[in-house]
Amino acid sequence: MINFDYLRTASVNATLDAIKREPRAAFIAGGTNLVDLMKRGVTSPPRLIDINNLPLKNIERTSSGISIGALATNSAVAINEMIRSDFPLLSQALHAGASPQLRNMATVGGNMLQRTRCTYFYDTTMPCNKRQAGSGCGALGGYNRMHAIFGASDKCIAVHPSDMCVALVALNATAVVRSNKGERRIPFGDFHRLPGDTPQTDNQLKAGELITAVEIPSNKFQQHSFYLKIRDRSSYAFALVSVAVALSIENNRISDARIAAGGVAHKPWRLLNVEKALTGQPASVETFQKAASIATQGAKGYGQNNFKLKLLPQAIIQALETASS
Amino acid sequence: MGNYFFETEGPIDRVDGKQKVTGQALYAGEYPLEKLCYGVLVGSSIARGNITAIATKEAENAAGVLAVITHLNRPAIPGYTGEGDSGPAGMKLMSSPAIYFAGQPVALVIADTFERAQHAASLVKVAYKTTESSTDLSTQLSKAAAPRRGKSEYSRGEKNAYKKAAVWIEEDYVIPHEVHNPMELGSITAVWNGDQLTVYDKTQGVKASQRSYAQLFGVPQDNVRVVAPFVGGGFGMALRTWPYEVAAVMGARKVGQPLKLMLSRSQMFTLVGYRPHTIQQVGIGATRDGILTGISHDATAATASYEEFTEGVVRMTQFMYSCANVDTRYRLVPLDVSVPTWMRGPGEATGAFALESALDELAYKLDMDALDLRKKNYAYTDPESGLPYSSKFLMDCYDQGAEKIGWYKRNRQPRSMKNGEWLEGYGMSSGVFGAHRPAATARAVLAADGSLLVQSAASDIGPGTGTAMVKIAADVLGLPYDKVRFELGDSRLPPAPTQGGSGTNSGVGAAVHDVCTAVKEKLILAMNEGKAGFSKQPQQEWLFEKGRIGNGAESISFSDLLKNMGQSAIDLTRDSKSGEERQKYAFYSFSVHFTRLWVHARTGVVRIKQIVTVADAGKIVSEKTARSQMVGGAIGGIGMALMEEAVFDHRFGRMVNNNFADYHIPVNADVPDIDTIFINKPDPYINPMGAKGMGEIALIGYAASVTNAIYHATGKRIRELPVTPDKLL
Ligand SMILES: Cc1cc2nc3c(=O)[nH]c(=O)nc-3n(C[C@H](O)[C@H](O)[C@H](O)COP(=O)(O)OP(=O)(O)OC[C@H]3O[C@@H](n4cnc5c(N)ncnc54)[C@H](O)[C@@H]3O)c2cc1C
Repeated sequence: MINFDYLRTASVNATLDAIKREPRAAFIAGGTNLVDLMKRGVTSPPRLIDINNLPLKNIERTSSGISIGALATNSAVAINEMIRSDFPLLSQALHAGASPQLRNMATVGGNMLQRTRCTYFYDTTMPCNKRQAGSGCGALGGYNRMHAIFGASDKCIAVHPSDMCVALVALNATAVVRSNKGERRIPFGDFHRLPGDTPQTDNQLKAGELITAVEIPSNKFQQHSFYLKIRDRSSYAFALVSVAVALSIENNRISDARIAAGGVAHKPWRLLNVEKALTGQPASVETFQKAASIATQGAKGYGQNNFKLKLLPQAIIQALETASS
Repeated sequence: MGNYFFETEGPIDRVDGKQKVTGQALYAGEYPLEKLCYGVLVGSSIARGNITAIATKEAENAAGVLAVITHLNRPAIPGYTGEGDSGPAGMKLMSSPAIYFAGQPVALVIADTFERAQHAASLVKVAYKTTESSTDLSTQLSKAAAPRRGKSEYSRGEKNAYKKAAVWIEEDYVIPHEVHNPMELGSITAVWNGDQLTVYDKTQGVKASQRSYAQLFGVPQDNVRVVAPFVGGGFGMALRTWPYEVAAVMGARKVGQPLKLMLSRSQMFTLVGYRPHTIQQVGIGATRDGILTGISHDATAATASYEEFTEGVVRMTQFMYSCANVDTRYRLVPLDVSVPTWMRGPGEATGAFALESALDELAYKLDMDALDLRKKNYAYTDPESGLPYSSKFLMDCYDQGAEKIGWYKRNRQPRSMKNGEWLEGYGMSSGVFGAHRPAATARAVLAADGSLLVQSAASDIGPGTGTAMVKIAADVLGLPYDKVRFELGDSRLPPAPTQGGSGTNSGVGAAVHDVCTAVKEKLILAMNEGKAGFSKQPQQEWLFEKGRIGNGAESISFSDLLKNMGQSAIDLTRDSKSGEERQKYAFYSFSVHFTRLWVHARTGVVRIKQIVTVADAGKIVSEKTARSQMVGGAIGGIGMALMEEAVFDHRFGRMVNNNFADYHIPVNADVPDIDTIFINKPDPYINPMGAKGMGEIALIGYAASVTNAIYHATGKRIRELPVTPDKLL
């Protein structure tokens, strides 16, 4: 049997000490991803540090916006009154993910660090550079219907599967992380990384670091936010493509626009060029179509996922129309 | 036709519903036995080749391990006779180093706990010599050949007559590899006691499993008892004995302890059959006013290299519509995959997608309503045999379904109906399946307290067999439902057929009817002999009501009558089977499916808005469970139409979406309200109840109603299932 220790910590400092003592340990929050990966033999940490007792569940207003504790569950965030009124995009994105049972367990920190759903990553008898460096990419030339069209490399074409993170990147959130050395703040757009030559590494988090919170600055997008998720069935499926849209519209002109896509890259993908094409323009179908037409600049299909090149612009137009109406 | 129509109470609730939802029902993998040990199968990671070495030491030495069995040390299985690696129960388990498909069991690990068995299984290291595998039907069509067994070709009239028609179409239709995956995993608990074997089994037929284990393990049939009172769904996967079950029985004998083996969800995708990938071509032609003049249907299906599987893919084309010229051909391509098996609506569900799509295409080409085209070519006698139908109310199905969904109110033009951003479409299709009556035996015991026990070795994989049998027995004898108990799922009970091909309700129901009628006759005889002591005989016949028999003025309870008869019980057994009516009539159940749906113009997302599904299944025995059957069929049909596809990475010959996160079936949000309509007219010939089967027709044809509706909504014809959003962009 592959045995592991289990340790439950009560404070952030005790947690940071614990991870320092056993750097190969894994934090366990909701466990909805980690336990699956352990069962499948993808990962086998010698120790689990259960962080569910840490006081990191609060959702609080701050002077500049809102702060969400890393252990707040996906359900708790999704139904929180402040989130629903001030950051409806985040609430919608969370509700579009997984199932109620999973959302009741899943946490903000765990959601950020969930690993790709690429089948080659999960099947330990298949090649996968992300799981085992140098073993090759199974999805390249294989089953890649769900895979990336932006920012992939010849080592890995997997996507980050989160819905929540797509909304957070659009909302310019910041991840707050702590280690023995102190606190670090990472802009959400920089948190996840592209695969390059080292697809084993999903993000910028360093060994020994704990996510403590996510902060979102206040915004004026309340009236015009929409999260559109296109999937193979009505619920409980990962995105083929998803689009998070947040607009600020004054006198029928778009004064500020945020747009990000999910299911298209190794990280939640901000579409800055589309945002630029929207800003200052009238909120009209023509504007949306024009802006969407440049969304796939630099995108590339790998065969089975070529349809995403067509689907993404369509989904963007649809999401913009819904958000603006 | 007996006294069946004397119905005592209203619709019956599922008799085992409470046990099932409260967890009291025990399934094959849930028997708490002393000294139970656990088996886990190790699957091949290659699709074709040979095992060159297999290292089991580490596994054998792991904590709790009782045995590791491979082809090198497998105990003999006496029933594995004949040459080759395939035998009467399919692939001969671990009989050689040869690998025929990815996932093929190469080792059985037995340990004292499930976790230890599973861990030890991960320690078995297998080295292979890999040969290039071939798992893609679409690239192997040139290898298509007639099946070794059964007919490959059929024709009446002229071949390819459709090509001479005034209006015709010819198209290809593709069904992917689809899996059953009922909720309950493939499970078995095997217990040897000397040469006595008890098997708690996930099976759709306890008697067939009993024969199979007796044959395989060389013991008399009476030494084997197969128990399966509850089965958590089947859809066909448990119609035969699979190698995993052989492994469990063999393993239990080897270690001399009760052994439980439960497949993992991913093993369910490769070790228990599936509906095979099938590529079909249909050519269909008609006169300008829509009289069919020719149908040609050519189907090529995948099968395993080590065992042939055939099903009636082209059958429906042969008998569904009136058409003088029909020819069909069915061929197979052996691939490096596991063997397929029957899956709900076997053959016909595949063929109906092609035929019912083609009719829709022809209707549009004729500028004719698709339903009118079907009515115009309605078969009033069976076109294949020339026999009259035992009963056929398909026309009523068409009319009632059309009325309910507002078929004739739609604008028939493609892409003509809109609802905001959504395109609306209506589609219809038909289904058909042979209505059978397999032979069955039932025993009835009317006890001193007036309660009735009925027994037969039937299975209930979910349709509500137990419920329907209680209903039949109660109706025949005028007993309250709670005074009747039906026992099934045990090979010690009087023999019943395997639950498949929509035959249980008809065959076992007839046996229950007959034995209860025999009990009733005994009671009538006693009444006629004056055992009740009543002063007068009834005007017409004795009234059976609420467990009492009377003449209108006075009545006596069954219990008192038994006492007066000086009997502690009436205990009868009756065999029941079909007769020469089978030669005189063509027996079929029919269905019609209507779907109204929306397609999102920009993103290709499909939302099914309304389903009306209509069945001519003869007399409906139990309304509620019958409705569930039809609803379940339609939901399975939604999956088939929009989601289900087992995907292979042909480079490795392996399935890559063998889990429920990646292989999609409908969730609640995908399912609209479903209207079910039963014509509910008894078939005068099929059995004493007049009830035809329903399990298959609930699904057969359904998928085409969706693709036809998608065409109506969008003007796009999708001929390859499933219709995922990318296909509609
Ligand atoms: C069937 C299924 C369907 C799903 N569908 C969707 C979907 O549609 N959309 C979607 O977005 N997601 C989906 N998910 C994924 C789900 O959102 C994630 O599993 C979940 O968010 C992970 O959170 P958790 O708290 O359970 O993480 P865990 O499993 O506990 O942890 C995941 C990882 O994060 C690390 N970790 C956790 N918290 C911290 C912290 N505070 N600091 C540092 N490291 C930490 C753990 O060590 C581990 O490596 C699905 C999951 C399943 C199983």
